[in-house]
Amino acid sequence: MNKKLKAVIIGPGNIGTDLLMKMQRSEWIEPVWMVGIDPESEGLKRATEMGIKTCSTGVDGVLEHIIKDDIRVAFDATSAYVHAENSRKLNELGVIMVDLTPAAVGPFCVPPVNLADHAKNLEMNVNMVTCGGQATIPMIAAVSRVQPVAYGEIVATVSSRSVGPGTRQNIDEFTRTTAGAVEKVGGAKEGKAIIIINPAEPPLMMRDTIHCLTESEPDQEAITESVQAMVKEVQKYVPGYTLVNGPVFDGNKVTCYMQVEGLGDFLPKYAGNLDIMTAAALRTAEMFAEEAADGTITLPARG
Amino acid sequence: MNLQGKKVTLHDMSLRDGMHAKQHQISLDEAVSIATAMDEAGMPMIEVTHGDGLGGRSLNYGFPAHSDKEYLSAVVPKMKNAKISALLLPGIGTVDHLKMARDCGVSSIRVATHCTEADVSEQHIGMAAEMKMDTVGFLMMAHMVSPEKILEQAKLMVGYGANCIYATDSAGYMLPDDVTARIGLLRAELPPGVEIGFHGHHNLGMGIANSLAAIEAGASRIDGSVAGLGAGAGNTPLEVFCAVLDRMGVETGVDLYKIMDVAEDLVVPMMDQPIRVDRNALTLGYAGVYSSFLLFAERAEKKYGISARDILVELGRRGTVGGQEDMIEDLALTMAKEKGLI
Repeated sequence: MNKKLKAVIIGPGNIGTDLLMKMQRSEWIEPVWMVGIDPESEGLKRATEMGIKTCSTGVDGVLEHIIKDDIRVAFDATSAYVHAENSRKLNELGVIMVDLTPAAVGPFCVPPVNLADHAKNLEMNVNMVTCGGQATIPMIAAVSRVQPVAYGEIVATVSSRSVGPGTRQNIDEFTRTTAGAVEKVGGAKEGKAIIIINPAEPPLMMRDTIHCLTESEPDQEAITESVQAMVKEVQKYVPGYTLVNGPVFDGNKVTCYMQVEGLGDFLPKYAGNLDIMTAAALRTAEMFAEEAADGTITLPARG
Repeated sequence: MNLQGKKVTLHDMSLRDGMHAKQHQISLDEAVSIATAMDEAGMPMIEVTHGDGLGGRSLNYGFPAHSDKEYLSAVVPKMKNAKISALLLPGIGTVDHLKMARDCGVSSIRVATHCTEADVSEQHIGMAAEMKMDTVGFLMMAHMVSPEKILEQAKLMVGYGANCIYATDSAGYMLPDDVTARIGLLRAELPPGVEIGFHGHHNLGMGIANSLAAIEAGASRIDGSVAGLGAGAGNTPLEVFCAVLDRMGVETGVDLYKIMDVAEDLVVPMMDQPIRVDRNALTLGYAGVYSSFLLFAERAEKKYGISARDILVELGRRGTVGGQEDMIEDLALTMAKEKGLI
């Protein structure tokens, strides 16, 4: 029996295409459909060339194929505005939704922190937070699993070229959503997120700074060990995730300086912020597939 | 230069940009006494916010002595004539902060972005304009791109609803001709109803000269701070600027002796260090680096033994922009490792 779960990608833009390229290497997820809304779009043409089926009439156009093609996972790389409807329609057919939009209909998922729980609970919709969240929340969690964190703050610096119009038009959504996930997933009692867009040419790699204030004096040895172990966990799906400096201890303040280099699949290597989203989304679906294959979870029944 | 008969609106920064120089530790009493004395002297606009704008409270930029809401609630009710403004940097503050400021009685919102990234300001400028506030688009580090690029970005902000556009010399890098080129193009191409402003830093000692060039080129709002209390070598010192404008026959509505007294009796005594063009402040202007990096680089020098000047020059070479204070310690650590110091 084929252990791979079959997938549909909604949104044939840069993110969707990068995701498709990563998925074609996956041992657990098989891309079958790419869904768009414009038959002339570059993204759908690329998907056709890459050998998968395409649908240009939105999610509605692919619904009739879901059961027939045994689609089990969907990745939504469209927008928060349409995500809720996409998710409802596909969930009804027993498809697990991995949400790369800021809609946050389902619980936040940061793979090395809480993916295992979501997989065991068979959450039918998980949200991938934001690029800044994926890059930083593992580090907040690495500190908070050692000792309580009163305050966690992240600064994500991204190249101007890697920030699309959707993020620009609603940059507050980035700061609010990321700050919320620093608390809910990272385990900080209070969270703060800052995003800086830098237009330098050649474009700079994504850089992330993570500050934590621990409630009591930080256990330097335990935190350093925990941070380094967490970096290795993230490197399993984003090999270019690097601790450049730190953890630096200053009183109760613990600071880590990260760089995120992407794999350079469809997106350029400097766009580590986008790469970590697609890699985390794929990693998420893979864990559902692994758990289904070893019988830990049972996918929704189909006739 | 003949500026006879022109009118300009001066805008004091000592309780916002000055927060950088005070590491955001200005007390409520200090804020109220300085603002009240400036109001009494006829200063038409006064900015009161965390140095990095609304919501700037952070480990990255510094925890302030008081929240934006506390400062604004303390100062605004005491003003007889002066209008209070607040700065907002999208990516740091949000529209929630903007609404809070409005509810505190702030009448002018200045939405600041890096000079090439104006399209992150749409929701904030749009909301401020919708709330009928004086809405300013504030293009930072304006020395880094051409006047044409500044104009392109300014048009975006005007399109979102801004009624005033600033070319901001955040690094104190510009020379008068740079100011003339930018302000002149903005004035020539933007609708006449849109005001133009200039915000300078004194890192190359050009605060006064650049501000005069801005007025000549068509700016009607000029930022500065009493006694120059601001990041780097400070902003254009307003008491000096008032004296110069008085000599040149430019109307400001500010009483020169009174503003001189505010500078000397209230602001200078509360400075933690002299605000002057010292070696490191000069480096900011020379290398084109965001002025609030100054004290961070000096702290990194103390901690890691790498010269602040070397750090600042390298940050300039890398094209860092406003808000990247985190890169200072990161770079100092990397430089210290390379030198075998740690």
